[in-house]
Amino acid sequence: MNSPYFAGVDVGSLSTEAMILDTTDEPVSYSIIQTGANSIDAASESFEKALAKSGVSQDQVKSIVATGYGRISIPFADKRVTEISCHALGAYHLFPDTGTVIDIGGQDSKVIRVGDGGKVLDFTMNDKCAAGTGRFLEVMADKLQVSLNEMGPLSLKAGGEVSISSICTVFAESEVVSLVAQNHPKNEVIRGLHRAVVNRVWSMIKSIGVHGAVTMSGGVAKNSGVVGLIEERLGKPIHVHPEPQIIGALGAALLAKKNFLRASP
Amino acid sequence: MSLTKSIRYNFMKDIGAPAVMGFAKAGKKKRRRKPNPNFGPPLKCANRLKEIMTRHYFLSRYAEGARPVAWVTSGAPVELLRPFDFYTIYPENHGALCGAQRLGPELCSVAEEHGYNQDLCSYARIDIGHFLSGKTPVGKLPRPDILFASNNICQTVAYWYKVLAHQLKIPFLLFDTPYNFEEITENDITYMVSQLEEMIPILEEVSGKRFNNQRFEQIMLLARDSSFTWGEVLATMKTEPAPMTIFDAFIHLAPIVSLRGLPVALDYYQTLLDELRERIDRGIGAIKNERKRLMWDNIAIWYKVRDFSNLFAEHGMNFVTATYTNAWAETISNMDTDKPLESMARTYSLVVLNNNLNHRLGLMERLIKEYKVDGLVIHSAKSCKPYSVGQYDLKRLLMDRLGVPSVVIDADITDFRAYSEEQTRTRLEAFFEGMED
Ligand code: SF4
Repeated sequence: MNSPYFAGVDVGSLSTEAMILDTTDEPVSYSIIQTGANSIDAASESFEKALAKSGVSQDQVKSIVATGYGRISIPFADKRVTEISCHALGAYHLFPDTGTVIDIGGQDSKVIRVGDGGKVLDFTMNDKCAAGTGRFLEVMADKLQVSLNEMGPLSLKAGGEVSISSICTVFAESEVVSLVAQNHPKNEVIRGLHRAVVNRVWSMIKSIGVHGAVTMSGGVAKNSGVVGLIEERLGKPIHVHPEPQIIGALGAALLAKKNFLRASP
Repeated sequence: MSLTKSIRYNFMKDIGAPAVMGFAKAGKKKRRRKPNPNFGPPLKCANRLKEIMTRHYFLSRYAEGARPVAWVTSGAPVELLRPFDFYTIYPENHGALCGAQRLGPELCSVAEEHGYNQDLCSYARIDIGHFLSGKTPVGKLPRPDILFASNNICQTVAYWYKVLAHQLKIPFLLFDTPYNFEEITENDITYMVSQLEEMIPILEEVSGKRFNNQRFEQIMLLARDSSFTWGEVLATMKTEPAPMTIFDAFIHLAPIVSLRGLPVALDYYQTLLDELRERIDRGIGAIKNERKRLMWDNIAIWYKVRDFSNLFAEHGMNFVTATYTNAWAETISNMDTDKPLESMARTYSLVVLNNNLNHRLGLMERLIKEYKVDGLVIHSAKSCKPYSVGQYDLKRLLMDRLGVPSVVIDADITDFRAYSEEQTRTRLEAFFEGMED
C-alpha cells in the first residue's frame, strides 16, 4: 500500500489554506488562496492546489480535517475541529516551547493558552467587533492607499507615532482620513494603527496571562510592525513562522493523522 | 380600592381562574414532543410550575383596582410589602418570559424608538417598551400603585423605576444598599433600617392597611423557609448524576423570585424537593450520560435555554450549579424575626451583585468544589454590567487556582441582536474539544 497522507483545510473569512502532510508530519505541500464569497469552493480549490503541488493523489489522502469559520460546510472533510484547537496544535508542533498563541486573523483574534502536547488549556476571543483584527488593518490600508504587505515595513520607518483614539473601525476610518488631511506622515499613522490593534489584543493577552514562549499565527503575524509592538510590550521575542497563516491548516492536518491512526490502529 | 373590582378579582381567583385554566388545559391538544434520548425522564413538577405562573399572570389582570399593585425588582425586600397584601409584579421575570419567547428585540425597539439607548439593560427596555406599547405575551399587566426597587442588583433599576414613577405619577420606594467593598458596617445597617422604617407609613397610605407586625414575621419565616428549600433543591445537584440541570433551575426559579413570602412558593419547592430526592434514590439523572459537570455564571440567555440544554446534554455535559440561581438561597440565613428589619438589611445587602469580586471568587471556588465542577461557562451579558464586570479576572484566577477551564460567551439575556450563533458555536466547540481528554 502507498503510504498515507493527511490534509487540513482552514477556511477563514479572508483566506483559505490547505496543508498536506506525510506520515512523518512533514509538510508535503500547502496552498493559500482568497476565500471569496463561497467557502465550499474555496476549500475545494485550495485542497486541489495543494494536491497538485504535492503530486499526491486524492485517494492517497486518508483523512481530512476542516477548521476555520467555514469548517461546517466542507463536504469532503472527515472531521471538523475549531481553529482554536488547530492553532494550538500547529503552533506547538512548529515551536514545542509554545505556551501562548496569539492569533490575529481576518475576522477575529484570539489568545490561547497551550499545554502539553498542544492541548488547549484556556482561550479568549475578541467580541463581535472588527477592532483588533486583520479586517481593521485591511480597511485602513485601503483608506491610506497602501497594500497590506507594505504596512509593516512602512511603520518601521516611522520617526514618530500618531495616536489613534478610536477603537471602533468605523470611527478610526474617519480619524485616519482627517489625520492624513492634516498632513501627518502616513507611516506614523500606520504605526498608530498598529498600536491600536496591539492595545486591543493586549487586553486579551492579559486576561489569559503569558505562559511559556509566545507564538503568533494568522495573517497579521506577517506584519512586522504589529509583531514588533507586541514584542516590545511583552519584553521578549515571539516565534513567527514565515507562513503564519498555515498554522491552522497544519494543526488540522496533524489532527487528521491522529484521527486516521485512531480509526485504524 | 373599588368594591366591584374586588368582587370580580375574588371571583376570578376562586372560580374564574381555575375554570379558565381547566378549559385551556382540556382544549390544548397534547403536543407530543419526541423524547430526547439524551435526557432522563422530565420533571413531573414542571406542569405544576406552569400552572402557578400562568395563574399568577392571569389573575394579575384582575388585580388592578381590587388589590394594591406593586412592581418590584428581583432583589427588593418584598417581605415588607406582603403584610399590606400587594399584588406584586416582577418586570424582570416578565422580561425573562418575553426573552424566552423571543420577543426581546421587538419590545426593546419600542423603547429605543423613544430614545432609550441600546446599551441600556434589556429588561429595562422590554419593560419600558411594554409600558409604552401595551405589548406582552401574558395578556395584560396591572398598572402599579407603587414601585419598589433595590439597587442591590444594579443602579439601572433605580433610574428605570424613576422613569416609570415619573410617567405614572406614583410613589417610588428605593431601598438603597451600600455596596459591600469589604464589609457591611453597623452604620450601613442603621442607614438601611431607617429606610425600611420610613417606607412603612407610605405603604400604609398606598394600601389603606395598617402594618401588622405579626403577619410580617410570619411572612419573613415563610420567605426564609422557601429560600432554604430552594437552597436544598439546588443542593440536590451535588449528587452524581444530578437529578436536575441548571436549565431546569432557571425555569423553576420563578416562584422564589416573584412569589417569595407567599405560601404557594414554599409548597411548590417542597413538592419539587420531594420529587428530586426520589429521583436521587432511584438514581435518575437529568441527563442520561453525565460525563462532565459544569457551572454557569451570570443570568440565563433566555432565548437559548432550550438549545443550550440540548447541546450540552448531547455532549454528556450537565450544568449542576450557577451563581445566578444560587443568589436567592445564599444570604437568607440572615433572616431573623427577633431583629426583622436589621436582618432584612443584611440579607439583601449581601447578595452576590452587591458584593465585591473577592466574595464572588470565593463563592465560585466553593461551588466548584462542592458540586465537583469540571468546567465553567461564563455568559458575558451585554445588559448586565454589574454581573459581567470582572469575569475575565475570575476566569483567569479560577484557572490558575483550581485548573478549571472556562469559556466566555458574549450574548445578552433577552436581546438576541447582541448574540452571534456562529461565534458562540466556535467558542463552545473549542471548549468541548478542550474538555475531552
Ligand atoms: S439584568 Fe443586570 S442591569 Fe438589568 S436589571 Fe438585572 S441586575 Fe440590573
